[in-house]
Amino acid sequence: MTTPEFPYPIVLPDDLEPDHALDLYHQMLRIRRLEERCAELYSATKIRGFLHLYVGEEAIAAGTMAALGPQDGVVSTYREHGHALARGMAMDRVMAEMYGKVDGVSRGRGGSMHLFDAQTRFFGGNAIVAGGLPIAVGIALADRLRGRDVVTACFFGEGAVDEGEFHESMNLAALWNLPVLFCCENNLYSMGMAVAKAESETNIAIKAASYEMPSWTVDGMNVVAVERAVQRAVAAIRGGSGPHFLEFRTYRFRAHSMYDPDLYRPKGEVERWKERDPLALFEAALRAAGLVDGDDLAVIESEVTAELDAAVAFAEAAPLEPVDDLGRFVLTEVGS
Amino acid sequence: MSTTTAPVAGSAPRVEAKSLTFREATKLALREALQRDERVFLMGEDVGVYGGCFAVTMGLLDEFGPERVRDTPLSESVFVGAGIGAAMNGMRPIVEIMTCNFSLLALDQIVNNAATLLHMSGGQFNVPVVIRTTAGAGRQLAAQHSHSFEPIYAHVPGIKVVSIATIDDARHVLWLALQDPDPVVIFEYPALYNVEGVLWDDAVVDHEHAAVRRHGSDLTLVTYGATLPKALEAADELAAERIDVEVIDLRILRPIDQPTILASVARNHRALVVEEAWRTGGIGAEVAARIGEEAFWDLDAPVGRVGGVEVPTPYARHLEEAAVPQVATIVAAARRVVGRDG
Amino acid sequence: MADFCMPSLGAEMTDGKLVEWLVHPGDTVKRGDIIAVVETDKAALEVEVWQDGVVEELLVGEGLKVPVGTALARLGEVGAVVVPTPTAPTPAAPEPVAPEPVLDRQPAGVAAADGHPPHVRGPIARHRADELGLDLSRVPGTGPGGVITRHDVEAAAQVRARPRVSPYARRRAAERGIDLAALAGTGPGGAVLAVDVPMAAAAAAAVSPPTPPVPAPTPAEAMRAAIARAMARSKREIPHYYLGTQVDLTDTLAWLDARNGDRPPAERVLPAVLELKAVALALRGHPDLNGFWVDDAFVPATSIDIGVAIALRTGGLVAPAIHATDTLDLDALMSALRDLVRRCRSSRIRASEATGATLTVTNLGDLGVETVLGVIYPPQVALVGFGRAVPRPWVVDGAVVPRTVVDLTLAADHRQTDGHLGARFLGRVAELLRTPEDL
Repeated sequence: MTTPEFPYPIVLPDDLEPDHALDLYHQMLRIRRLEERCAELYSATKIRGFLHLYVGEEAIAAGTMAALGPQDGVVSTYREHGHALARGMAMDRVMAEMYGKVDGVSRGRGGSMHLFDAQTRFFGGNAIVAGGLPIAVGIALADRLRGRDVVTACFFGEGAVDEGEFHESMNLAALWNLPVLFCCENNLYSMGMAVAKAESETNIAIKAASYEMPSWTVDGMNVVAVERAVQRAVAAIRGGSGPHFLEFRTYRFRAHSMYDPDLYRPKGEVERWKERDPLALFEAALRAAGLVDGDDLAVIESEVTAELDAAVAFAEAAPLEPVDDLGRFVLTEVGS
Repeated sequence: MSTTTAPVAGSAPRVEAKSLTFREATKLALREALQRDERVFLMGEDVGVYGGCFAVTMGLLDEFGPERVRDTPLSESVFVGAGIGAAMNGMRPIVEIMTCNFSLLALDQIVNNAATLLHMSGGQFNVPVVIRTTAGAGRQLAAQHSHSFEPIYAHVPGIKVVSIATIDDARHVLWLALQDPDPVVIFEYPALYNVEGVLWDDAVVDHEHAAVRRHGSDLTLVTYGATLPKALEAADELAAERIDVEVIDLRILRPIDQPTILASVARNHRALVVEEAWRTGGIGAEVAARIGEEAFWDLDAPVGRVGGVEVPTPYARHLEEAAVPQVATIVAAARRVVGRDG
Repeated sequence: MADFCMPSLGAEMTDGKLVEWLVHPGDTVKRGDIIAVVETDKAALEVEVWQDGVVEELLVGEGLKVPVGTALARLGEVGAVVVPTPTAPTPAAPEPVAPEPVLDRQPAGVAAADGHPPHVRGPIARHRADELGLDLSRVPGTGPGGVITRHDVEAAAQVRARPRVSPYARRRAAERGIDLAALAGTGPGGAVLAVDVPMAAAAAAAVSPPTPPVPAPTPAEAMRAAIARAMARSKREIPHYYLGTQVDLTDTLAWLDARNGDRPPAERVLPAVLELKAVALALRGHPDLNGFWVDDAFVPATSIDIGVAIALRTGGLVAPAIHATDTLDLDALMSALRDLVRRCRSSRIRASEATGATLTVTNLGDLGVETVLGVIYPPQVALVGFGRAVPRPWVVDGAVVPRTVVDLTLAADHRQTDGHLGARFLGRVAELLRTPEDL
């Protein structure tokens, strides 16, 4: 077989179920459309603060969450909308959170960067780079001590690898054999800092070796590759092999956040990466394999649009938390 | 209001009492916690094999095993963060940070995670972690090993901060902290670990109220931590000069038990706050401000404050002693507030 | 512009004599300054001015007696240029003072900043600074070339001397209806503290219409007349009851002798001090006797300030208070008593002392009287009397022996207490007197 040429189309596994394939596509599309709509709403000042969009990285969230079970835990970052949706958080409540309404997943207290959901074991977005890694280690430690056979997936960017907390967390997870799946989304830039200027060793996956932790690199634009990699890693962790590390190679098509003029990336580079748009790649592969026909994707598209419109309407109509309640949720309320 | 329990003359004989050190009382507390609640586990540097930097946890590893008494690498940020994560996921961890001097390495996890998670999640995730650490100068350990960072933690909404100054508290506050659904930072004092005291079997403590350790009618002296014994000694000296000092042990640095302090100031009309932490932005600054706000019309003199001298703690012994409030400093300040330093 | 008027300094006072001015026209005064000595029927008292200002004119001369409320001096705003005029016929004329013109305000550096002695214009400015206790090197000068003028000295005194009152003292004064301006402070910088606030406000005296001056009675006559009025009123309004008991002081006096030992006379404690202390301590357990009858109700006092009846050589009686008598040890009490007597006799007691007693003790033992049945000083509700300690036959262990015994009496206001309570109180006083080591 000849080496495929750029843009390196996706090769579908033989045992890929058509329904499942459409699910994966659906998830990615939901995330894509949500992020696009958020950008629009932010410009209309409906969403405020910081907004970090996941456009281009959808395959990672969709593929990972498909491989995790409902009892597994998830720790994410401020670029978390994709993880939240794919994990199963309701789109309308996520939107309401970004609107700052009391019906948002965090009662409007967190906003875009702090989505939490106890039911889906989504232990938060975290706005401190690498701040979530120790927490993921702790969640896994608790599961270990309680003999629960679950995995904690911890997402972070390659920028987090610079922080001391990354190294401490890798070390402790490996030392204590904790069931953590470290998922590094390497999109080549931490805000404006190119990875080559920040890392003495840009091969992120290799760093795991210094902690005796199995790791491998994954094409983050290929949703099936992501899913398969996570499945293997999770199986190994559940089998007692201890923490694993996955480096997903990906790219964000938009700037770091809504405030970022994106001056640090060459235009050509962005366009080049767009040729590997995960949705486009997957769609092409699905069509080539005959797993979808003309209408299927249109149906999915209109479903997503309807869901999104309903979510925005929900958020628009939802009430604000009364200001008198400001002092709540600092400490646990008596009687709760 | 909490009591340090002492026998009341003429009442029935008290139940058992024993004399033990703060160290022993703390260890009893840890053992009780590990025995009573299987969700409890202890982790920190040298808590296991070494027996604890101050020998507080000696023997616990043998008794409870390495799953429940965990030696950690020198990684304050991850093991405090892991304590937070474990607490979010159903455990009741006790995280020991050897001294508050090293706690700064974990400050991000404590302030940005432990203190905020309940709030940021809109009430979904509690963080019932207990962090034990130590504070105080006095052993010529110089600037980086002599801090009193209670005010830093007391500044942050979302955590509770407790200061252990009596045997009763050393024995009983830990269990209360572990039952608390919110993060609790407990300050212990190496200066007190060797000090002996009487522990009554029927001692009752809470972790909400300040305690009047000595009643008096001329001056309200508020303090906490290892400064409490010095304050009591100063009160004895002042009694000989007919200055009758009421000594209040704050115990809880966040949230401060304001009613107890204000009631005392309403009776005594003069107040002095004493602590080892630096004066600027110390707990004393907060207490004095509150007295000024809420008890202004009761005051017959400005509120006095004694804090550590504003220098990085020096190594030389005579300098270190001069940098930290001693009995004489407290006596002099009390005289000034009472107007008898003429 | 405001007037400084003859203040009311006692329930009975209807007029007072301006004995001495302590200020001159042109002087700047601040609230709380003592500016005159006024003599009432009972004593001579220093009186305070109740606002900041400049004395423009003294309206009443020394030696004149005027009704309460009469304007004694006119005060102007600070900064006003005062051109003094000689006052109405007075024994002493105020000295005229030329005001300093205020020249262009070049901010002069503090004179001593460069180490040179401060440049002061003239002896008057220097004298004023001395009087005010100001360090001239810290007074900014606004005169030509930065010279310090008298005006600068006055201004510096103003800035420094804003009257200070502790919040607690302010509250106590407000609760008791006491004008803060009438108080002298014992706190730092002259701050008025709680201890300086007397128990009860002097009842406002009606300002009677000015009467034509009458030939002034001698001081003794005047005092006698005042006492007569007070006693008459007391007997008229207060239903007295009397209780008496006798206390064996033999052992106590022996104890006192031993305690006094070889001390020089100035340090010896007199038996009267034991009596005062015993009464004060007994009052702790009997607060119903320590307070005032005002407007048909009893107002308990918050401290125990025993009034000590002191006879003056000029004839007449005053009963100023020792504050917090119960908290003073014997030596301190002796010294307070000695100080009070001395000041009474030289007519220098403070207004707060004169009006502040919560209960009075009168001891006429010196005069050979054995039993005192006194008259209560309103608005107090009790009076304790001690007679002379004399040898009496006394039964001890079945045998009759001579013992030194004193008659101890209580006159009490029956509206407030009854004999039962009075008897318990007396019993307690007696008990305390018999255990002097606990006093």
